[in-house]
Amino acid sequence: MRPGQAIIAADNPMRKLIAFRVGRQEFSVDVTAVREIRGWTSATMLPKAPRYIRGVINLRGAVLPIVDFALRLGLPASEPTARNVIIVVQVGPKQIGILVDAVSDIITLAQSRIQPPPDIASETVSDFVRGLIALDGRMISLIALDLVLPPDSAVAA
Amino acid sequence: MTADPMAEIREVFFQECEDQISELEMGLLRMEIGQGDAETVNAVFRAVHSIKGGAGIFALDTLVRFAHGFETCLDRVRSGRLAIDPAGMALLLRSADALTDLVRAARNGEGAQDARAQALATELERLAAKGDAKPPSAPTLPRAAPASSPLRTWIIRFTPKAALYAHANETALLLRELSRLGTAEVEIDSSALPDLTEMDPEDAYLSWTVTLATHHDAATLRAVFDFVEDDCDLDIFERPDFAFQDWDNTAAAESAPQPMPAAAIETLPPHPVEAMAAQAESAGTVGATIRVDLDRVDRMIDLVGELVITEAMVSQRVLEAGLARTSAIAMALEELEALTREIQDSVMAIRAQPVRAVFQRIPRLVRELAAQTGKQVRLVTEGEGTEVDKTVIERIADPLTHMIRNAIDHGLESPEARIAAGKPAEGLVRLVALHRSGRIIIEVSDNGAGINRARVRQKAIDHGLINTDAPLTDDEIDNLIFLPGFSTASAVSDISGRGVGMDVVRRAVQAMGGRISIASKPGQGSTFTLSLPLTLAVLDGMVVKTADQTLIVPLASVLETLRPDGADIHPLDNRTAVLALRGGYVPIIDIADVLEFGSRIGQPEQGVALLVESEGGGRAILLVDEIQGQRQVVIKSIEANYRAVYGIAAATVMGDGHVALILDVDTIVSATRESSRLEAPRSLSQVF
Repeated sequence: MRPGQAIIAADNPMRKLIAFRVGRQEFSVDVTAVREIRGWTSATMLPKAPRYIRGVINLRGAVLPIVDFALRLGLPASEPTARNVIIVVQVGPKQIGILVDAVSDIITLAQSRIQPPPDIASETVSDFVRGLIALDGRMISLIALDLVLPPDSAVAA
Repeated sequence: MTADPMAEIREVFFQECEDQISELEMGLLRMEIGQGDAETVNAVFRAVHSIKGGAGIFALDTLVRFAHGFETCLDRVRSGRLAIDPAGMALLLRSADALTDLVRAARNGEGAQDARAQALATELERLAAKGDAKPPSAPTLPRAAPASSPLRTWIIRFTPKAALYAHANETALLLRELSRLGTAEVEIDSSALPDLTEMDPEDAYLSWTVTLATHHDAATLRAVFDFVEDDCDLDIFERPDFAFQDWDNTAAAESAPQPMPAAAIETLPPHPVEAMAAQAESAGTVGATIRVDLDRVDRMIDLVGELVITEAMVSQRVLEAGLARTSAIAMALEELEALTREIQDSVMAIRAQPVRAVFQRIPRLVRELAAQTGKQVRLVTEGEGTEVDKTVIERIADPLTHMIRNAIDHGLESPEARIAAGKPAEGLVRLVALHRSGRIIIEVSDNGAGINRARVRQKAIDHGLINTDAPLTDDEIDNLIFLPGFSTASAVSDISGRGVGMDVVRRAVQAMGGRISIASKPGQGSTFTLSLPLTLAVLDGMVVKTADQTLIVPLASVLETLRPDGADIHPLDNRTAVLALRGGYVPIIDIADVLEFGSRIGQPEQGVALLVESEGGGRAILLVDEIQGQRQVVIKSIEANYRAVYGIAAATVMGDGHVALILDVDTIVSATRESSRLEAPRSLSQVF
């Protein structure tokens, strides 16, 4: 712990994040966006959906779309098993399930420790990555989920 | 929530106005057919009075002015000073229509059509003047009492509840208004006042007794308390020693907390008003109702839906665990299942409303249409109390309006034509609602000329809808009017000719999972019959499986199921095929292929074919692997958390907890028809 870290300044609030693993990478989302974490259950396929939409599942009566986060980021993905995890997140008015490999950590840290994302001309990076966190030699990307679903206008007619 | 609290209150006011208007219309109609007893007249008066009062708060001056004139007139009627003849009745009905329009205009913040309201106001004033030498004065209560009324002494006991103050009412103002009606003595009763240390500053402890000598009647006195009557205990009775009439009757009428038997009212012909006031008051306490936010009810329906699914899941698990059906747990589950269904039915019943809400709009429509067409129309409605889910009610209004328009515009003949045909000049339109085998049936019938089959047939030929030599039965000809773009009116009229025909009605009805049919007899009239589900929250579906996916096909769109014979399947190209069916060709749609679920397991002849009809009337064969049965499913939105999905109307949760998609037959059928251009030649089997 570095000296002075315990002092929380008003312009340097603490953030609480949930970190998860997809393949060999680690990501995190703000804990306030997470509604619940549950195990994988097989999803009902949706017609003409993008590949990264695994389908829909029943979440206590609500129909929840499942986004395979690896596929969404263009990473190699394998068929989900019972050991995979669905993180249910709130994105605006909608609840979405994000399929990941595992939840790895719950992190509390000062805002100032989140570094801005690198200036890389990658659509994935600019769409999702909001910051980078170095923690015990791991690199964790802080992501935003606003663009995780396909846009409405893309509905095949 | 709305940021502006005033806007919310305003919204509540307009919602209440809707209720008042229904009350008003219902009352006037009862008066029109001669069933308007004293209570009815009073209800009508109070409805207008309440609208006026509320409108005053929001400074809706046009509305206040009109309502005042209307109210004045009604007051003359209820006090027995003005007898209403048919012309007067028509004026009252038109005034109710105008009031409705003024309220709607005020709600939408539009300027009102002043001219019509003005003209009616003048007529009302003239009518009111018949009952009273004095024309109405400024729009404030109290009105000057006619000198003919005897001076009577009333005791008014008034005990406000805390809610009265919480609603920002002021006792002093009420007492002052009361004292303006005559000579008043006010006594305060502070006996209920607790010790200062125990006093709740927001509670109410005081009550007042007013002894009032006045020419006014009890209803006028009660009207002072109109806006606080739910928030106080109010007792109004005539002091016996000054009474002009039988004290027992009045006392009974005034203090009776339970509804008065109807006969009791008739015993009070000289001053029926008091009895009415008591009736109205007690009626308010009997069938107690509450206003509940619809969201809360919907939430409950959702939860109960969950309960049903969870219960089904548990049952399935128990079955899978190999427990005997006679085991204690299986028996207990059965009981749970019965209870769950009962809860579901009760919750659904909360949303159920009588169709009266829609039927009430019809008399006005009929009046207007009769005036526009110059036809004489009598409307008879039956089964207004038939209940159906609120969402269904909201969505039958338009189709029903159109059917009534159709019945009057196209169905009924002109008075001259009717007389020439040996019928009474006045045409009859019947509107009937009833429950039949878990659905609601709505019939609109007229005793007009019936469908002119020769003309319909010619029209269909002209429009290229049928071949010149198509051998159609009478029934089939009648059903031609449901085809898109068909309109039997030779001239486009202002009433029905708005570019929409019966096909629009049929589409709207089918969108709700309903069906419409017609029966017609030449010279005797036509009957349109709507059959609708009682709720839109659940749907009767056929569970099918294709490419290993479970899908629900709405039962309402399935006409029949069949196992296609390989010889009847004719491929058109490598993607499309048609099925020969009773002399026509129906396009075959492979659901797995259209929804890109991958391939179906077998050849077309190994699958099951569902003959479906889309809302637009198009027919197609949907090919699936197997039919697993029929069941009622709870409809779940996919869009709530995702977005619209091609070919899918909604989803549901099956007994095993998995989501199953509900097919959007209309999109699939019309998309296929467009892409494959399978339109011509239209054979009969495609039309029906």
